[in-house]
Amino acid sequence: MSGGPLPVRTRAAVAATRVVSGLSRWLGAGSGTVAGGHAGLTLDPHLLEHLATGRRVALVSGTNGKTTTTRLLAVAVEGTLGHAASNTTGSNMPTGHVTALATSPRCAPAVLEVDEGYLPRLVSSLVPEAVVLLNLSRDQLDRTNEVRMVANKWRAALSATPSVVAVANADDPLVTWAASGAAKPIWVGAGLSWRQDAVGCPSCEGRITFATGGGGGWSCTCGFTRPRLDVACVGGDVALADGRRFPVPLALPGRFNRANAVMAAAAAAAMGVRWDDALRRIAGVHEVAGRFAVVGVGGCTARVMLAKNPAGWREVLDLVSPDEGPVVVGINARVADGKDPSWLWDVPFERLRGRTVVATGERCRDLSVRLHYAEVPHRTVTDEVAAVRAAWMAGAGAAGGVGAGDADGRVDFIGNYTAFTDLMARATRVGA
Amino acid sequence: MSLIVVVVHPDLLGTYGDGGNGLVLAQRARWRGVSAELVEATSDVALPEGDLYCLGGGEDAAQTASADRLRTEGTLERAVGRGATVLAVCAGYQIVGRSFPAADGRPLPGVGLLDVTTAKGTGRRAVGEILAEPVGGRLPVLSGFENHAALTTRGPDTSPLGRVTVGIGNGDGTDGAVCGGVVGTYLHGPVLARNPALADLLLSRAIGRPLKPLDDTEEAALRGERIAAVRARRAGGLVRYVLGSS
Ligand SMILES: [Zn+2]
Repeated sequence: MSGGPLPVRTRAAVAATRVVSGLSRWLGAGSGTVAGGHAGLTLDPHLLEHLATGRRVALVSGTNGKTTTTRLLAVAVEGTLGHAASNTTGSNMPTGHVTALATSPRCAPAVLEVDEGYLPRLVSSLVPEAVVLLNLSRDQLDRTNEVRMVANKWRAALSATPSVVAVANADDPLVTWAASGAAKPIWVGAGLSWRQDAVGCPSCEGRITFATGGGGGWSCTCGFTRPRLDVACVGGDVALADGRRFPVPLALPGRFNRANAVMAAAAAAAMGVRWDDALRRIAGVHEVAGRFAVVGVGGCTARVMLAKNPAGWREVLDLVSPDEGPVVVGINARVADGKDPSWLWDVPFERLRGRTVVATGERCRDLSVRLHYAEVPHRTVTDEVAAVRAAWMAGAGAAGGVGAGDADGRVDFIGNYTAFTDLMARATRVGA
Repeated sequence: MSLIVVVVHPDLLGTYGDGGNGLVLAQRARWRGVSAELVEATSDVALPEGDLYCLGGGEDAAQTASADRLRTEGTLERAVGRGATVLAVCAGYQIVGRSFPAADGRPLPGVGLLDVTTAKGTGRRAVGEILAEPVGGRLPVLSGFENHAALTTRGPDTSPLGRVTVGIGNGDGTDGAVCGGVVGTYLHGPVLARNPALADLLLSRAIGRPLKPLDDTEEAALRGERIAAVRARRAGGLVRYVLGSS
């Protein structure tokens, strides 16, 4: 199913996208995704729709896990649908989507990460085959992005586009509210670590009650309740409503990556991929855009993790909790991070007690005060590389030897968005 | 006897990490050997009796639900009558006043602990760093972050908390309102973490005696950095304004 020849204007726009994105890469001005897409969209405002015609399209959105799930879904469909066009660098606005499609073969499937705010218009204009809805929680406090409003807009777009399969996290009431608007929802029990933004019922403005015991059930007195699951996580397995059960072996760490993997596999299955094939391919992914990679920084070895908001930090702190080695936590508050780091007080940094901790980043002083009240002794080192080195040395001292870091000789670095990307720009890959 | 610090409705009023204020108060009491209990009172349980109450920021529907609940229960009002101390920030500041606007602008009744009324603003949303010189001279400069779209007018029974030098605050050049042991402000989120002197003022009122100083090295470093950053940005803005208009 090729989409036929593209209009002349569109072909010119595609050429411009490729030239500009190639040129800005060559000039060293970033990856070129935004500049190229911008050039193309200027020539043809409907470029994205034209480029998507004739492709099988899946979109991935939510507050946390977008980049990882997009990558896992692209990997999962590869054996059945072929190599997918995907915005792998996390440029999740239309400029990034245009570049991903313009620089790929015309009929390759598309797996696109989409900013939460842009999702409704992409659902309407691209009419994708599947949409993956991960979760909704507070992020970037200086913007007025009430998560409730986002859920309502998702719901309206899905109601108006009944052909779309919505693969939705049924453990998140706001996501469930949005996906209830879809004609074809697939309910996945993917977990919810941060309930603070979910207690207000989106249906009646009453109060959601969560079942105790970690089963993930929830309900409101108005009758809005967690739907019956099509896909459940049981131990290390995924269990389907039809009784089939598959193990989920993963190279990526953490409960949240297990949830991302199951969401990606469910979407792949909705697009005709066999569950076992999807899960086998997902199991081979060791890192996503540097996240969870082990890198060399200033002569030390560090495992690097990204956490952008309270929900994300909660998950990552859970992940590193069993370890005992030194931890570096880094916070910036640039536009891409949100300029208001008040959310630091929603993060349970108390869990770092007993570890060697170094606070870093442009807003390390906000973090330092937070750690002070959490009674977590720490040092404050503004420069990120110097902070990793300080943690490494302190770890060596604590271990009483010349080796440094924890048993694997490693420092854990957790940063918010630009703190993470800044460190990665100064790091060298040493393999996973 | 333990000092009871109540975080009011964290499920409704906690958008900006405002729960941090309760933690700061409880820790600063404990660090001085005063035993303190921190109670997170969600809106599905009756508001407990306490010595210090903290209210935070929230979205429109949540703010209305919290105000309804507080007015119906009357516990907060009675606690203040008994001498309890209250810190109310952002949406919490608005609901302890006489009235505040619903999402559609219609005025809704507040709890009435402060003689202030709040109405929807007409201009841009006030989002950014804020600096205010405290009124009364007992505190150093107040530093914080604000994010709100409303304007607050004080009645004769209150004094402002500070005079705004950077930012918007109430919208008339002042920020916040104080009446007895009730303090309201637009400096949202963990305002007490940036302003430990304000925390100690509230705490000493609740405990009933002056408090010995603590080692505030971390807080001092944060305050110094934030105040310098805000003043540098304002100076830069002035330079651009003068150059741009010449
Ligand atoms: Zn309900």
